[in-house]
Amino acid sequence: MNRVVDYVLPAAAMVSCLLLSGAARAGAAAPDCVDAPVTAVADGVYVRQGRHAVVFEGSGIANIGFVVGRRCVAVIDTGGSAREGAELLCAVRKLTTLPICYVINTHVHPDHLLGNSAFRKTGAAFVGHRNLPRDLSLLGQTYLQRASAAQGRVLGPDYLVPPDRLVEDGLLLELGGRTLLLQAYDRAHTTSDVTILDDATDTLWSGDLVFLEHVPVLAGSVNGWLRALEALETLSAARVVPGHGPADGPWPDSAAGTRRYLALLRQEIRQWLRDGGDLWDAQRRLGISERDSWEMFDRYHQRNIANAFAELEWE
Amino acid sequence: MLTRACIRTMAMLALFASAAAAWAGTDGDDRWQGGLRAQHFQDRAIVVSKDVIALEAPYRAEDAAIVPLRIRAGFEQSEQRYIKTVTLLIDNNPEPLVGRFHFTPRSGRADLALRVRVNAYSPVRVIAETSDGRLYMDESYVKASGGCSAPIGTDLEAAMRRLGRMKFRVDGPDLEQPLQTQLGVSHPNITGMQMDQLTRMYTPAHYVTRVKVSYEGEVVFRAETDISVSENPNFRFFFIPGREGELLAEVTDNRGKTYSERFRVPTAN
Repeated sequence: MNRVVDYVLPAAAMVSCLLLSGAARAGAAAPDCVDAPVTAVADGVYVRQGRHAVVFEGSGIANIGFVVGRRCVAVIDTGGSAREGAELLCAVRKLTTLPICYVINTHVHPDHLLGNSAFRKTGAAFVGHRNLPRDLSLLGQTYLQRASAAQGRVLGPDYLVPPDRLVEDGLLLELGGRTLLLQAYDRAHTTSDVTILDDATDTLWSGDLVFLEHVPVLAGSVNGWLRALEALETLSAARVVPGHGPADGPWPDSAAGTRRYLALLRQEIRQWLRDGGDLWDAQRRLGISERDSWEMFDRYHQRNIANAFAELEWE
Repeated sequence: MLTRACIRTMAMLALFASAAAAWAGTDGDDRWQGGLRAQHFQDRAIVVSKDVIALEAPYRAEDAAIVPLRIRAGFEQSEQRYIKTVTLLIDNNPEPLVGRFHFTPRSGRADLALRVRVNAYSPVRVIAETSDGRLYMDESYVKASGGCSAPIGTDLEAAMRRLGRMKFRVDGPDLEQPLQTQLGVSHPNITGMQMDQLTRMYTPAHYVTRVKVSYEGEVVFRAETDISVSENPNFRFFFIPGREGELLAEVTDNRGKTYSERFRVPTAN
């Protein structure tokens, strides 16, 4: 890993946060840093719930958080900027002095992963899907450009932190008194989706395989995503932390909306293709019955149609 | 190693990006005035107007690898006056020329629909050359980015297995009218800016360069295309059959391979 220059960290607050965190003890004064507002959805499971917005137009969009074991902490997604990551790190530090063993990325999307650089100096291993290095190097330049424009400063390649531990299929991460079960999926929401199940509380972190409120965003495969949901829904869990929407969703009921939307999209596009319709009209006419069920529909629905259309026309 | 590969990618893409003045948010005609125009049309007069050719493009496209475009001609093709060539440019793409599309009086209408990759916020422009040698241009601004370097959209192995397969669809049974025709080509149209997962090497560019559709021996649609055409290229155009017969599509890619497909135009009983 390249640790030479770390010009991306929002200077003072961040540095003092890191310094104090090292020295902090249980019962000592809280570290002097700005922390992300996190809530406990289960014992030792903390989530900062995101606010729906278009990536790079808003901030604090995705659900991100962490799980605290007896030995160490696993962070799950880091948010859309180094500042968001730093605030999440600060939230960890205000709750525990245990080291952070892992920073897990549920997938490549920037609202979930551009906070990684804030965790570079924690010594944590970065964990992600076997495809994540590839996807990050392909999409990274675009992300850096968009993030630079959004933040009004030039961000270099160090702003992106690829995983150094890959989830090939399944992977167990031991946090002391609790184990996280990571599962990698084939092409679904993206090509780098990972879910995390905490065995201590039966909390499922679905990443963006499950959307609540926010319209699902398709950047992988509609067929693959529906298959992934089928597999996921057989899993018994007490709750789900979805990638977007209310942080403590009932399981498996919370998967129903995403599945319904994708299944409808697939069905209507297949019919459209049989009738010889083109993409332009499909983007304006299909799936409209779902419009009132979701936020952000007008920003992402057309993209979803384009993706599904391209996949289904040669299936 | 991952980081090194990553940095190399960044450096290479940054090069493309700066060459293309591709900073997200850049707009205006910089690239067009700064050489594109001269490269493609020298100092010929170009009339800016939607009357001859009009471009429909989404203002914002969240999926930059599949941006549908529609191009509409302002008049029907006739022997007296017709659109010969339509040139499509995306100023800020690494290779701005998407393609040149050639029509004849037999096209009936020089309308065209296709899907393109947009790598950075960019003007998209369409220039029609009419049979009298005049040039007309329409343009639109598209906010989209990353379309050329986006990971290959479908499973590449599956895509290679059906490489060169084609689908025709022709609407309407009236042989004297312009019939809307869709040609879909199964081809990954690899841009050369996408990296392979296992080797960490760029997947070499592999894309359709020429499309020729003829009807009973007469060319009705012809195109030279480049990497900005989306994977699985799909072209919608018109032609007037005039009589019963068969369409023949011949598609060539940059590796010199040619694929062909025949299709009998359905007629009313």
